[in-house]
Amino acid sequence: MFRPVVRLSTSGVRSLTRTRQCYSAPLASRCYSHAKVETDEEFDARWVTYFSKPDIDAWELKKGDLLKNIENTSASFYEGMNTLIGYDLVPEPKILDSALRACRRLNDLASAIRILEAVKDKSGPHKDIYPYLIQELQPTLIELGISTPEDLGMDIL
Amino acid sequence: MDNRARGYNITLQLHKDLHILTILTAFLMLATRALSLVGKRAISTSICVRGGHGVAKVDDYALPAYFDRRENPLPDVQFVTELSAVQKSLKEKEKGSWATLSNEEKIALYRISFKQSFAEMNEGTKEWKSVIAGMFFFIGMTGLVVLWQRKFVYGPVPPTFESEWKEKEVQRMLDMRINPVEGFSAKWDYENKEWKK
Repeated sequence: MFRPVVRLSTSGVRSLTRTRQCYSAPLASRCYSHAKVETDEEFDARWVTYFSKPDIDAWELKKGDLLKNIENTSASFYEGMNTLIGYDLVPEPKILDSALRACRRLNDLASAIRILEAVKDKSGPHKDIYPYLIQELQPTLIELGISTPEDLGMDIL
Repeated sequence: MDNRARGYNITLQLHKDLHILTILTAFLMLATRALSLVGKRAISTSICVRGGHGVAKVDDYALPAYFDRRENPLPDVQFVTELSAVQKSLKEKEKGSWATLSNEEKIALYRISFKQSFAEMNEGTKEWKSVIAGMFFFIGMTGLVVLWQRKFVYGPVPPTFESEWKEKEVQRMLDMRINPVEGFSAKWDYENKEWKK
């Protein structure tokens, strides 16, 4: 009576050790992508450079398509305002400054006002973002002679 | 058939082929010229040559369109495509310093490029009122239909719903001691023949 129990127990033990060896899970190794994560400063710098292009054309200013090479973090000239608005963020004042100057080079006041409207719309429920942006952009607005939508009465119906 | 006759037949066939070929080419030339005329009639569309086979008319819907959307603030085209003289002169003035433009002129420039401002495009409609009104109306209609059904469609309710029947039913249940521990009969006071307080 004892022996079969022993036999069973030894075989049981053996199978236990066997499964324990096979079953050892590997240490947590995450499979993150190998693309370099861009910092906020790099993002801002990239966009400022994009809009600062001296001979930027209207299409590049507007650009809607998402022709972006993720690994190439240098200025990629296939983006534009529509793409920027598509991101989940409100652009920094320096990016907007660059964009407004691009509008000036293209002699497009309407687009400049539109950009300000879009940025205000982009801030959504955070009502304090837009006044901050306007405050930061005030020198540029005065220099280029751009009126805000509020000045023109376009923010109300 | 002798050789001379065979040769004669062959040359006849060749002549016929040549005639057919010339007629075909003439027809094709006429056709392409007609097509190009059709293409030129439409002013706003452009003509593109497709692999040397002729011209293809580009329809309006295939060209970049204007639309007001929050996520696409700068559309591909201006809203006003054909500028009046006043607008053209304003566009010339835009090339100079913007500080010299009056507010009205700036608004006019905006309206040339865009149809609706953000405030206008985000404006809500009053559609919700019609929706709620429609909901109430149809619920009311359904109520009327149900009332009509009750009167004209359904037969009488069974006799087991009458109060006399129900009294007898309850008495029978108490006599049978239905659920005497925690349920029905447990709530009846058999001594005083009334419901327990």
